[in-house]
Amino acid sequence: MSELTPLTVQDIARALEEWLEVEFTFLQVGELATAIAGLSRHDQDFLLDWTRRISTTNIEIAYQFARRALSRLALVDRRILEAWALHAMDTYDSVGLRPALGIIQQDPFAGHGHERAAGALFDDVRGILLTFVRGLSGRPLKIAQGEVPYTDTETLFLPPVVAQLPSLQDNFALCKATATFLWAQTRFGSFRSGLTSVFAGYPDPDRAAARFHALESLRLDTCIGRELPGLARDIRRLNAALGHDGLPAPWASYRDILSQPAARAEDTLALLASAYAAPALPLAFYHGHLRLAAVEQAMSQRMQREKVWLRVKLAELAEELHPAHSPAEGTPPQFAVTQSDDDKTGLAQLELTLDGVPLAPPEGVRQLLTSIHLDLGGIPADYLTPAGPGEYDLQQWAERTKDPDDVWQGTYHEEGATLYREWDFRRQHYRKNWCVMREKDVLPVDDGFAEQVLQKYSGFVSRLRQSFEMMRDEDRLFKRQSNGDDVDIDALVEALADARDGREMSECLFTRMHRAERNIAVMFMIDMSGSTKGWINEAEREALVLLCEALETLGDRYAIYGFSGTTRKRCELYRIKRLDEPYTQEVRARISGIRPQDYTRMGFAIRHLTELLAATDARTKLLVTLSDGKPDDYFDGYRGEYGIEDTRQALFEARRSGIHTFCVTIDQEAQGYLPHMYGRSNFVLINEVRQLPLKVADIYRRLTT
Amino acid sequence: MNARMLKTEEYLVEKEPYYEPVGNEVAIFEAAYRNRLPILLKGPTGCGKTRFMEHMAWRLKRPLVTVSCHDDLTASDLVGRYLVKGGETLWVDGPLTRAARTGGICYLDEIVEARKDTMVVLHPLADDRRVLPIEKLGVLLEANPEFCLAISYNPGYQSVLKDLKQSTRQRFVALEFDYPFPELEKKIIVAETAIDAPVAERLVKFAHMTRNLKGSGLEEGASTRLLVHAAKLIVTGVAPVAACRSAIAQALTDDAEMLAAVQELSSSLF
Ligand SMILES: Nc1ncnc2c1ncn2[C@@H]1O[C@H](COP(=O)(O)OP(=O)(O)O)[C@@H](O)[C@H]1O
Ligand SMILES: [Mg+2]
Repeated sequence: MSELTPLTVQDIARALEEWLEVEFTFLQVGELATAIAGLSRHDQDFLLDWTRRISTTNIEIAYQFARRALSRLALVDRRILEAWALHAMDTYDSVGLRPALGIIQQDPFAGHGHERAAGALFDDVRGILLTFVRGLSGRPLKIAQGEVPYTDTETLFLPPVVAQLPSLQDNFALCKATATFLWAQTRFGSFRSGLTSVFAGYPDPDRAAARFHALESLRLDTCIGRELPGLARDIRRLNAALGHDGLPAPWASYRDILSQPAARAEDTLALLASAYAAPALPLAFYHGHLRLAAVEQAMSQRMQREKVWLRVKLAELAEELHPAHSPAEGTPPQFAVTQSDDDKTGLAQLELTLDGVPLAPPEGVRQLLTSIHLDLGGIPADYLTPAGPGEYDLQQWAERTKDPDDVWQGTYHEEGATLYREWDFRRQHYRKNWCVMREKDVLPVDDGFAEQVLQKYSGFVSRLRQSFEMMRDEDRLFKRQSNGDDVDIDALVEALADARDGREMSECLFTRMHRAERNIAVMFMIDMSGSTKGWINEAEREALVLLCEALETLGDRYAIYGFSGTTRKRCELYRIKRLDEPYTQEVRARISGIRPQDYTRMGFAIRHLTELLAATDARTKLLVTLSDGKPDDYFDGYRGEYGIEDTRQALFEARRSGIHTFCVTIDQEAQGYLPHMYGRSNFVLINEVRQLPLKVADIYRRLTT
Repeated sequence: MNARMLKTEEYLVEKEPYYEPVGNEVAIFEAAYRNRLPILLKGPTGCGKTRFMEHMAWRLKRPLVTVSCHDDLTASDLVGRYLVKGGETLWVDGPLTRAARTGGICYLDEIVEARKDTMVVLHPLADDRRVLPIEKLGVLLEANPEFCLAISYNPGYQSVLKDLKQSTRQRFVALEFDYPFPELEKKIIVAETAIDAPVAERLVKFAHMTRNLKGSGLEEGASTRLLVHAAKLIVTGVAPVAACRSAIAQALTDDAEMLAAVQELSSSLF
């Protein structure tokens, strides 16, 4: 292998000066360049590449990263350095420069990091571990990144990198053990409300909390051992590798008590006074941290919310089962929960009865019962009284029902929105949770627009319908079949002739209908940006009317959404017709009501519509964009290459989830960038409204024949 | 071209098929049968519906005709059709007609998979007329008093297309099937495969983990059938984690990350 020649100090300094804009920032790059010049070319390239990528996000972070990473190159695996850089950029994106610099300065690998460790990165393990903990019994938990491992009882927080052990496999196993231990805290009832006040009774509440955590680790380790023997075996191996074993004097006797199958958190609390006096027990990494404030906040909110939800759902259930049971007529419905202790399968089996009759609770009710049971160790009687009509203002308790327009009143916040990532081609990575997306409704305008369009194009419309009708679930007739629903006259005549001539008569005398049921779902994504103002908007609306008219003859599922937005914080998708919605007068009025809005940010729209499409069971899924031009947004850099690359990436993601993507455009310059985004054959240029439905028909034919 | 082969089986069940009742389904089926009511078995795949039908056919001493429905299945496939043999036309009864004539039990498995028009021929058989119109022969076949119609349907695939119409479902006595309770499921696995009880118990636990994932990436959790498969592999000497992967995880998903996660679950248990 030939070694490349290292770059010179001058080369490096020149590059750094440019990326770090020293002309304006006055950063000193001389020393840094000299140090980098001393590295191998391989290391130089790595370091410089990341410095350049980070500099597109923030110069100060790039500079600090370069200086710090320099001394880490020899010690830490590259993947970890990359994760470190990305974590800093994500932090910058979400909370700003100071915390991001904090990440760079507080080197997460100092102290415990293994040399050249192959660390397990949060982004790599998140997906698997999320599924893993969902498979374990209990409340459905979330997983998020935090600086240290802990849980607030709803989310398990794991650090960006786990690099305690040399091999990736072991570090992953450690992440899994950590997630499992945090799950066990929620599952085996570590947290009952009122812990803070218990600890406050001690002279040093922090010490009390630490002892409680240590005692619980003894109890939960044995719970894990009983539930998940295979994992417990892994944990023993990891502990040995980390040199974490042996229990100091009083702790061994606590363990004897807390490892009883019947031991509960109450038993832990009973030992707390004694343990408070004992020396600290060093905990293992996977035991995580105790963040009581977060726990109590999450718990108190959840307990109020779940009580309301349960009572409302039980009221619905009672209404559904016994509509006659009106409260005025005396005897209110009596719900009760019985618990059969079936510890073999994990959770206690909770059985719901209504007026003494057992019933299978709907999934939502079952989950609430489980979650409440985990918090309280039982279901209190007042939770089981169905809510009276209008007893609760559900708006207040619903999780995401806020009207998007209300959310925008006042200062910006992200309630009621869905966050989407965006591809930053300079960073060569996603910006996480970057776009704040909301679905809104187009204000319907009932002005007879659709009727006028149909009138205007009346001759064309009937031709259009015909050509779409030809594509309808084609019933293809197979001839000369050995069995079938009808006689094939041609074949029969031939066979009779054959028979008369003394030849053998064919037995294939039937026709058989073969129905190729097309199972397609189509999503139309309509450009509602400001640039469509004028004839383009008019043309789009006309085209949509014609399109719907044509599609109605097919009976396929289709949806229409408009997209627009101003900056990443205000990405909007306008519902015109949902997939499962019929083509009603209301939909026609919404088409008429389509008005040009703001800018053309496209990635979020493609990602959201991809999710909607992916959720259908259609065999063929199609996303058709109708746009007047290229992606563009108001001064946050979406214009130009950035927007094109993000759109291209979003389309790539869509195709990866099995969706066919096409673009129909009226931008005469589209030839320049559309092939790059959609692929050479997946876009068409039209210059007249009536061409749209015809082009759509072409696309259909290509996909379904 | 050859006559299309239908996936039908018809036989008189001679040996008692092992079936572990979960509730009162045996009594209800018998009562429905005595009253000549058609029966609908609801429930996820692999929870014992087919086995139950075999068991009931044995109990009632009737031949069982099973048809696995698919999206190409037409009314003629069920009722029958003309074939031409050596210049002669020849009528061949379909499985439904055969059962109706001879007093068998006709079990249409996964009925919603069949084409919509297929359902129509069932309607007159499923109400108190109990007749089967055979258009091609121009006759109305009155079902043998011993005839019994049973269909199965998995409400798990929540999809408008795959929903059973009210006009159909309201003609049937419905029996709801689900995976057996843990203790019973364990007993079934042991009975079917002679696996050690503690291993069977962990398999059941594993099944519950995958069932927790229904809706978070899996369409269905592991069925009793898959547990029986895994247990068979284990009894033959395959290591439990490998058996769970081949017999269960791979059957549930093709998604690499989901497979890995399910694998983590089984390796935590065994
Ligand atoms: N209640 C039961 N009694 C005995 N075996 C059962 C029972 N439930 C499930 N099984 C086992 O599960 C397997 C699959 O069941 P099957 O009847 O084919 O499912 P389905 O028809 O519901 O898809 C059977 O072969 C049998 O081994
Ligand atoms: Mg079956």
